[in-house]
Amino acid sequence: MIYWQLLWSFFQIGLFSIGGGYAAMPLIQHQVVEVHPWLTLTEFTDIVTLSQMTPGPIAINSATFVGMRIAGISGALVATAGCVLPSCVIALLLAWVYYRYRSLSVIQGVLGGVRPAVVAMIASAGLSILLLALFGSEVINLSLLDLRALGIFALALAALRIFKPDPIWVMAGAGVLGGILYSL
Amino acid sequence: MRHDAHTFGILFLSTFKLSAFTFGGGYVIIPLMRKQFVDRLGWLEEQEMLDLTAIAQSSPGPIAVNAAILLGYRVAGVPGALVTMLGTVIPPLVILSVISLFYDAFRSNLIVSRVMKGMQAGVAAVIFDVVLTMAGQIIGRKRAVPIVTLAGAFIASWFFDVHILLILLACALIGLAQWRADTKKGAAA
Repeated sequence: MIYWQLLWSFFQIGLFSIGGGYAAMPLIQHQVVEVHPWLTLTEFTDIVTLSQMTPGPIAINSATFVGMRIAGISGALVATAGCVLPSCVIALLLAWVYYRYRSLSVIQGVLGGVRPAVVAMIASAGLSILLLALFGSEVINLSLLDLRALGIFALALAALRIFKPDPIWVMAGAGVLGGILYSL
Repeated sequence: MRHDAHTFGILFLSTFKLSAFTFGGGYVIIPLMRKQFVDRLGWLEEQEMLDLTAIAQSSPGPIAVNAAILLGYRVAGVPGALVTMLGTVIPPLVILSVISLFYDAFRSNLIVSRVMKGMQAGVAAVIFDVVLTMAGQIIGRKRAVPIVTLAGAFIASWFFDVHILLILLACALIGLAQWRADTKKGAAA
């Protein structure tokens, strides 16, 4: 019974969170705080913070966290499966359509219009994370400027542009640097 | 399409590694995927990656999972999609399972939060690196419409918080209008 509830709740979250990330947050809150008494609002806020500190999409993170709390490992698996099920079906369908029709000139026209926007979206997301790293929030306030974060950012960007390493190493290096610099 | 064990192995390991380092979720994984599958492996074209990103964005569910499914399907069909989906889901599944057990200790651990802060700055640098490259390519072609679309989409999303799907829809219409204009020109010539 509880497994079924977990599956169904996170299936709905997976199905209706179009646009990913922050679009999913209110849906998750609705399901796990309001519809089911699985988490308190404080615990939910903690998950959001935790999601920013740990890898992975927030929907998967909260599915795992809630599933673990409610029904252990099998709960985590069931909730996560529910969360990715809509993606699997719909994204596969869209992939099939894309590769079947993408050579049509009209589809090429539409995609040509969309591509610059995708770059803009990535830029916008990158700027959010940069401001968060530099100022602790998305508001620019020079008195709050985190010089260590700025140094790490500049160093990492320079390394990426000049040496073109695997980004994983740059991020791991930035983590180590953060561990050292913030301890000074 | 490739169906050998070697391909599945690379698909799984690549997505696993990327997912384990995708802090903040969402778009962060796209630049990483691009580096791995376009630059390093050469399995995808640049434009294809952008198309897959737009599709991942427009279908329900986490962008990272959608993008992984699309990518896996492209390289090795439905089995490939399952492999990349698992590669993407397993790291957060394992990490959050562990954290949920040691939640309080994790939350108050100073070292963890310092390393995370450093990584946040590193992630920002990775995204900027990729954006610089991609925007440079669009601007380098010196065609007005894509450059204006790039700037307009950024302004709409950053300054006016316009919903991403609305922006994508508007840009799709711009692309459609451009296509009609081009075909008319082609027919007249």
